[in-house]
Amino acid sequence: MMRTILRGVAAGALVALGLWTAPARAQDAPVPPQQVWSFDGPFGTFDMAAAQRGFQVYSQVCANCHSMDQLHYRDLSGIGLSAAQIKAIAAAVQVPVGVDDQGAPKLGPGTPASMFRAPFATVDAARNALGAAPPDLSVIVNAREYHANYIYGILTGFRDPPPGFKLQPGLYYNEYFPGHQIHMPQPLHGNDVTYADGTPARLGQEAHDVVTFLTWAANPEMVERKQIGVRVVLFLALMGGLTYAVKRRLWANVDH
Amino acid sequence: MAGLNKSSFTNPVVNWIDTRLPVFTMMQKEYGKFPTPKNFNYMWNFGALAMINLLIMIITGIFLAMNYQPNTQLAFNSVQHIMRDVNYGWLIRYVHQNGASMFFIVTYIHIFRGMYYGSYKAPRELLWMIGVVILLLMMATAFMGYVLPWGQMSYWGATVITNLFSAFPVVGQPIVTWLWGGFAVADPTLNRFFSLHYLLPFVLLGVVFLHVAALHVVGSNNPLGIDVKTPQDTVPFHPYYTVKDSVGICVFLLVFALLVFFMPNLLGDPNNFIPANPLQTPPDIVPEWYFLPFYAILRSVPNKLGGVCMMFGSILVLFVLPWLDTSPVRSARFRPVFRVLIWVWVASVIGLGMVGAHPPTGIWVVLGRVCTIYYFFHFLVLLPILGKMERTLPLPESISRPVISGNSGGGGGLPSGAAARPMEKA
Ligand code: HEC
Ligand code: HEM
Repeated sequence: MMRTILRGVAAGALVALGLWTAPARAQDAPVPPQQVWSFDGPFGTFDMAAAQRGFQVYSQVCANCHSMDQLHYRDLSGIGLSAAQIKAIAAAVQVPVGVDDQGAPKLGPGTPASMFRAPFATVDAARNALGAAPPDLSVIVNAREYHANYIYGILTGFRDPPPGFKLQPGLYYNEYFPGHQIHMPQPLHGNDVTYADGTPARLGQEAHDVVTFLTWAANPEMVERKQIGVRVVLFLALMGGLTYAVKRRLWANVDH
Repeated sequence: MAGLNKSSFTNPVVNWIDTRLPVFTMMQKEYGKFPTPKNFNYMWNFGALAMINLLIMIITGIFLAMNYQPNTQLAFNSVQHIMRDVNYGWLIRYVHQNGASMFFIVTYIHIFRGMYYGSYKAPRELLWMIGVVILLLMMATAFMGYVLPWGQMSYWGATVITNLFSAFPVVGQPIVTWLWGGFAVADPTLNRFFSLHYLLPFVLLGVVFLHVAALHVVGSNNPLGIDVKTPQDTVPFHPYYTVKDSVGICVFLLVFALLVFFMPNLLGDPNNFIPANPLQTPPDIVPEWYFLPFYAILRSVPNKLGGVCMMFGSILVLFVLPWLDTSPVRSARFRPVFRVLIWVWVASVIGLGMVGAHPPTGIWVVLGRVCTIYYFFHFLVLLPILGKMERTLPLPESISRPVISGNSGGGGGLPSGAAARPMEKA
């Protein structure tokens, strides 16, 4: 009987393994190198200081082109900002606040309940201005293979095109972008922002910080999820062991 | 003939109800005393696991539906709203999303169990066929569910799969228009998919009831594939199998929890985090993993109509499996050739799964065709012939005396004493 069980398990594992063999996407971009992230592994959490610095990079650089429509300013409590800080951040941006008495759309200071300000009114406006629509960054980390490593790769992967590479006008060469030609001009060069906590704003640091922020933005539940998960898994392991012991005792007198 | 049930329950309230509506007597008969072969291995857990999984899907689905918006402008954002703003919405959604994968893992193993131990053979043919209906309903439900979050793969998957029907001559295009409720996958499509995605699980529940009802008429098969002969061959379902199933449930939930809490997006496609865009086709359109073998069969046939027919045929062939397999012996244990061939068939299905995950070029085309041919060859040629030619091993006399010589391992082959004790309770 044990043999059949083992076989069953082996079969299940095989099916699973076989099917998960990730589809090798035939693209010429290299696999972005693995970086060290605070949120890696089953116990990983978000480095709050890095996420806050990353928010600064996002709002001072990326937000000129990219929206983050799924986020509200109140959500920033998730990276450790206080209610007062959030209120100040929201109040400093002009967001649509309904219409004036002529029926024209009106702008006004944001509140914690406001959605993140979008740089362009419509996707078409963004495309017209930049040559390609900059994607919304709310869940971008989940929306690309290799996730955080890929976004980091894009931000640090701008290079001069190799000799003989035909770069179309208005496009930029990027090591990790599929096809290597991207419409985004290199957004980070180092020292694009001045960090309040005095961290030197090298390119790698800025990219690392903004990717930490974007990973939080895409998975704000991650820390709570893993914490609950550890408890659930421990409980189930204990419960499973106990049930198995009971089962062994119960079946001990059955000749089978 | 009307008549009150003579209830044996002593609790007055239970007795009062049971006298008028004998549900307690029924539960006692079907899940309490129900005599069950005592030699099940853990492969017999998967039916109960599938049942639990269905209930988990229905419960999480109902809570998702409270906040989901079946509208192409709102659907994607409403799912993000569930993940971010609804209390434990991320948990409900990740359980539902990974629950679909777990459901297929469990069901595929359950089906494999039936194939390995010949559970589809007389008198369980109808039970098996109802099972195939369940598989088809699950597939339809999962397909339509995957469309609901309205990401790129939702949209393009729906487009590719519904378009398959256009392969049929004359009626094809009208069928596609009818499915879409218009001339493209759009709002009417999303709306009806939501409606049907809500409905089908309850239909599924009804069919599962029939499946279990049929099981309780013909009784369970067992790893030896021989009939129950004496009460010594069985144990009462409770507590023996309720406890054994509980072990399985713990392991199942453990695997499920690892997925949900630590790698909730492992089995998903990153492209589904991009809102549906009818103007931009993703680099390659891949279905969820559990459809990959069938997708591979579809793409392995050079002709579109042929591919569609082979794809549906690959499941429909299961309906007639009880008659394709001509061997009178159920369990693979006593069929030395079948026992090897069933694994070759499994290998062909895994091969097809891998083919389905890759763009159809080069080696993958060849592998896809070889596996597709073998898949059908197994059912349509090997099984009918094998039943007539195979020299099966001698079957044991009974479950209690697994070996003819009367030596049943640890128990020394004595059917009395310890072995008989459990049945005295039944
Ligand atoms: C000048 C405007 C501009 C700025 C500033 C900018 N981006 Fe972009 N970004 C774009 C455009 C345009 C695209 C679309 C590129 C394409 O599709 O070719 C894009 C694409 C992207 C992509 C998607 C790449 C892919 O795989 O499709 C990411 C990720 C990204 N930007 C991140 C950032 C981050 C992080 C910042 C801030 C550090 C930033 N961008 C700043 C214009 C900008
Ligand atoms: C047989 C049982 C079921 C299966 C196999 C199933 C499968 C699925 C799948 C694969 C998805 C897409 C998951 C994703 O990527 O987001 C989904 C979404 C959804 N399902 Fe189900 N489902 C089942 C039962 C139900 C029931 C009973 C309901 C409602 C009562 C329901 C409501 C929903 C809703 C609202 C969504 C969209 C939200 C989302 O995508 O997370 N489901 N389902």
